[in-house]
Amino acid sequence: MPAPIRLRELIRTIRTARTQAEEREMIQKECAAIRSSFREEDNTYRCRNVAKLLYMHMLGYPAHFGQLECLKLIASQKFTDKRIGYLGAMLLLDERQDVHLLMTNCIKNDLNHSTQYVQGLALCTLGCMGSSEMCRDLAGEVEKLLKTSNSYLRKKAALCAVHVIRKVPELMEMFLPATKNLLNEKNHGVLHTSVVLLTEMCERSPDMLAHFRKVRQLSSSQLVPQLVRILKNLIMSGYSPEHDVSGISDPFLQVRILRLLRILGRNDDDSSEAMNDILAQVATNTETSKNVGNAILYETVLTIMDIKSESGLRVLAINILGRFLLNNDKNIRYVALTSLLKTVQTDHNAVQRHRSTIVDCLKDLDVSIKRRAMELSFALVNGNNVRGMMKELLYFLDSCEPEFKADCASGIFLAAEKYAPSKRWHIDTIMRVLTTAGSYVRDDAVPNLIQLITNSVEMHAYTVQRLYKAILGDYSQQPLVQVASWCIGEYGDLLVSGQCEEEEPIQVTEDEVLDILESVLISNMSASVTRGYALTAIMKLSTRFTCTVNRIKKVVSIYGSSIDVELQQRAVEYNALFKKYDHMRPALLERMPVMEKITTNGPTEIVQTNGETEPAVLETKPPPSGLQPASQANDLLDLLGGSDITPVIPTAPTSKPASAGGELLDLLGDLNLTGSPVSAPAPQIAQPPFLLDGLSSQPLFNDIAAGIPSITAYNKNGLKIDFTFERSNTNPSVTVITIQASNSTELDMTDFVFQAAVPKTFQLQLLSPSSSVIPAFNSGTITQVIKVLNPQKQQLRMRIKLTYNHKGSAMQDLAEVNNFPPQSWQ
Amino acid sequence: MIKFFLMVNKQGQTRLSRYYEHVEINKRAMLEAEVIKNCLSRSKDQCSFIEYKDFKLVYRQYAALFVVVGINETENEMAVYELIHNFVEVLDKYFSRV
Repeated sequence: MPAPIRLRELIRTIRTARTQAEEREMIQKECAAIRSSFREEDNTYRCRNVAKLLYMHMLGYPAHFGQLECLKLIASQKFTDKRIGYLGAMLLLDERQDVHLLMTNCIKNDLNHSTQYVQGLALCTLGCMGSSEMCRDLAGEVEKLLKTSNSYLRKKAALCAVHVIRKVPELMEMFLPATKNLLNEKNHGVLHTSVVLLTEMCERSPDMLAHFRKVRQLSSSQLVPQLVRILKNLIMSGYSPEHDVSGISDPFLQVRILRLLRILGRNDDDSSEAMNDILAQVATNTETSKNVGNAILYETVLTIMDIKSESGLRVLAINILGRFLLNNDKNIRYVALTSLLKTVQTDHNAVQRHRSTIVDCLKDLDVSIKRRAMELSFALVNGNNVRGMMKELLYFLDSCEPEFKADCASGIFLAAEKYAPSKRWHIDTIMRVLTTAGSYVRDDAVPNLIQLITNSVEMHAYTVQRLYKAILGDYSQQPLVQVASWCIGEYGDLLVSGQCEEEEPIQVTEDEVLDILESVLISNMSASVTRGYALTAIMKLSTRFTCTVNRIKKVVSIYGSSIDVELQQRAVEYNALFKKYDHMRPALLERMPVMEKITTNGPTEIVQTNGETEPAVLETKPPPSGLQPASQANDLLDLLGGSDITPVIPTAPTSKPASAGGELLDLLGDLNLTGSPVSAPAPQIAQPPFLLDGLSSQPLFNDIAAGIPSITAYNKNGLKIDFTFERSNTNPSVTVITIQASNSTELDMTDFVFQAAVPKTFQLQLLSPSSSVIPAFNSGTITQVIKVLNPQKQQLRMRIKLTYNHKGSAMQDLAEVNNFPPQSWQ
Repeated sequence: MIKFFLMVNKQGQTRLSRYYEHVEINKRAMLEAEVIKNCLSRSKDQCSFIEYKDFKLVYRQYAALFVVVGINETENEMAVYELIHNFVEVLDKYFSRV
């Protein structure tokens, strides 16, 4: 058989291949030749074959059949064989293969070989792919070699020790005594690897870290001063040809030492103290004209920021970063922006000084730089600079790549929410974001915005006008269209009447408004959710517009047969509103009240599904048709007189936003339009208008039946009202009172309404009653739940007012309840 | 920590590869192709550090050859940049005519 070709030939041949297929063919041919050669147990050419095999492996072809051959090569006495054998072992073998354990003995022998190069090979291989068993067996040998005087071996042994520690952390102690003298070497190779070893030890084990930090008697053997000394020598020493890189002496070692100093100085005052000087020296003396110098400065800045350095040093560091920012080299600017991002939390004011440079970086061409600059800009926004920064950021949003738009939009919303100088500015900013990056805005921003708009009452006309103009031209951006439809639905009357103080009012007719909403409904670009918004908006306009009600009815009835189930359901219900419940329509579709702002940390806080909102202290269940004549409130006010009692004032009738689910119709059937008053002080939770029937999300209290005795609050004329108490174990200042009203007379009591008032320090919430008819002869009861919030744990008192129809006449009574048991409020 | 060291030419052919962490053989080719795609799409005046998946790439172009090093976050990018240059200089000195 002819001698196998050499590696160079092989490489040359492979490179002539013009296609992938040709290359594969060549390699397969050669693999076959190598395989047959292995089978023949050819000693002379084994190493050549294995070398070729390794090359093919590097190109990505399988080469596992060469593993045993590598072992044979390692066992051979020739140095060239051993060399290829060990290389093959490093590349092909690792702990996943069972074969590797066979190497242990070979390596052990070679570690004690007479030739240092063979020892070096063994150390390299062990340090590269040694498994934990191998490391455990051979750690002793490695440790011995760590103490030799041969610097060639010492540096390799140090790196091998790093690998051993990574695989078997328990062996770290073993290497500790050897490290004592490591830093006394002159050889940079040994120094470098020793620093790596020390770094690894300090990172892995806090005990080691403490050990290296602590003060020992001989100050010359302390770690930090030693490192400082070495670093100083490196900087101060003149030109040394063997370590020079672009004019700086061994920058790699300098960077390593700085990193180790960082680890040692973190959270430790004494060590930080000892390194202050050298850090200042490095920072000022290093040449910045070449990249090498900048690399060292970068590491220095990172170290200064991490340890407990004095403030002068920190200012120096930030100034260096500022200088980096002005540099033309992209790499340096990127690195500077990254570090500034890390430090902006702690040294906010110092970073602010460089704000204009950072904002300029937003316009850079490089994607990585732009991203960093954007994150940093958001971190720097504060109350003073918000207008200017926002302008820049909005301009950036316009021109940036799509992958940034979502993050940028969210960031802008957050910043605007925190620092908006005026409501109008806030709304303008939001509108701008919606129009430029509308389709990238996150879904949960929509309810947030709606809440914001609702709350800025005086801006309604302005807002709705602007939104209308925005979607006139283009209604493809879903979030924008959703917000706009909602607003038009709510404030359509303002739009048509043309009153707007802030801007030139535009003349819009009702038909034009309906046109735009209908086109949103029809358009293919609208998502299902958006269509829902539009349909609801059209419905709401039926109460606000005067001349186009028929048109609205027509639209609504068309969608009663829509394929989209959501739309169909809405349309059918609205139709029902027009037909059967037309008298309730105005009440249902009244304006939304001002929503209490939930403490949000950002757009992600508001959950938008089905009315499941953040558990506030008292979760409101909105009343069913909440039409309370204002006269009742006045009555209560008059009657109560006492100045320390606040009446329960029904809020402006909360219109359930037309999501008249089946539940509503049922309740309407029972209740005949009298509902329970809504407790005024209880915060209203944001109700996204498109929720359907999740409004009745009763909070689930894990009530402890704490055995609080129940009381009879009222007993007169055959009407008895009992209170039973429960305390919530999630919130100790909340008491849940369940009232039961029973009728012992011979005739039913109908239209029963229970109202209650509590002193100012309390808050009260009445949930809806089970019915409004109390059957006679105690054959049934009305139950109703009251929740009382008593943060100051004062004695509970209540005034109640009862109205009902009995024996054909309207009855009304007032009473005071004072006999609350102490356990109900303490 | 350096995760891998690659030398790839402009056509995407790997000239040298060394992985310091275990990566499956078939995944290696994919990784190399993606990495070189990222590097080729950058222009001259963009910075040499790319964020790729969960590590960073530092690349440097020498004529038709790209040297790419993958590092994790603890490493100083600029030092690695210098390391690449140092390596190339060593190769140049050792083999001449690189």
